[in-house]
Amino acid sequence: MTAITSYKTTASVHGGTAARTETLGIAAAILAGLALLFVAGISQASVVHGAAHDQRHAISFPCH
Amino acid sequence: MTYRLFAGALYAGLAAGLVAAVLQFVFVIPLLVEGELFETGMRVHFQDGSVQSPAGSGGLEFDLVRHGLTVGMAIVSYTAFALLMSASMAIAARRGEVITPRRGAVWGLAGFAAIALSPAAGLPPELPGTIGAELVARQVWWVAAMLFSVAGIALIAFARGPHAWALALAGLGLLLLPHLYGAPMIDRYYGISPPELSALFATRSLAVTAVAWVVMGAVAAHFRADHRPAG
Repeated sequence: MTAITSYKTTASVHGGTAARTETLGIAAAILAGLALLFVAGISQASVVHGAAHDQRHAISFPCH
Repeated sequence: MTYRLFAGALYAGLAAGLVAAVLQFVFVIPLLVEGELFETGMRVHFQDGSVQSPAGSGGLEFDLVRHGLTVGMAIVSYTAFALLMSASMAIAARRGEVITPRRGAVWGLAGFAAIALSPAAGLPPELPGTIGAELVARQVWWVAAMLFSVAGIALIAFARGPHAWALALAGLGLLLLPHLYGAPMIDRYYGISPPELSALFATRSLAVTAVAWVVMGAVAAHFRADHRPAG
């Protein structure tokens, strides 16, 4: 019984760490996605705008 | 876990970006290049009182830098969307949703509806030369329309429990809200290119975007690798 209880405790601790790591991963993915979206779709810096021009039109982002 | 999330998103973005780029170069970019002939005045719609304007693209020309950048930006754009979709799938999986490639394709369709179709219903895809309202106002509306549409579709798709119908109705309301408010418009028409060309450009670019989103959803779901039998 004791062994099983301690196994459960260990498992739940590991589960908590994994969940926290996953939360961080999800947050990082969302931030990276928003940053790339800003570059691809919104930034008006002329180099970015020039590079993205055709793609913005083709993907129906407001371009200019 | 995090590695898998990012790897899946990168593969999905690469696949969708390449599919989009190939389809764009066949179906969309030639129209865009033709639109530029009118934008720059090289071709004029209804010239000299004629009731006809010549149709047909001037050809893509072998501009490696320009077209290479377009392919690159397709990959960047769809990788951005894929990162957001893979993150959303991870959140949904935590809440008990089973993500299979088949369901991923439906995720892709829903993403297309929220991110492309709904904003396009207010601000249609613009052929070069189209004159619109002030850019920043359009970008603000566009981002708001995406956010409202994503929230609305998520409510409709994931509402559970006894009040699911009420949440779904609220979702419909969120979907409608940016359109009832209205996208920034100007009070007159400036169009210099043929309406036939603009219409074909708008529908084709949306169709290509839809295909790319479905590919992206299916690939992102595939790389989650948690597709076990339902239940």
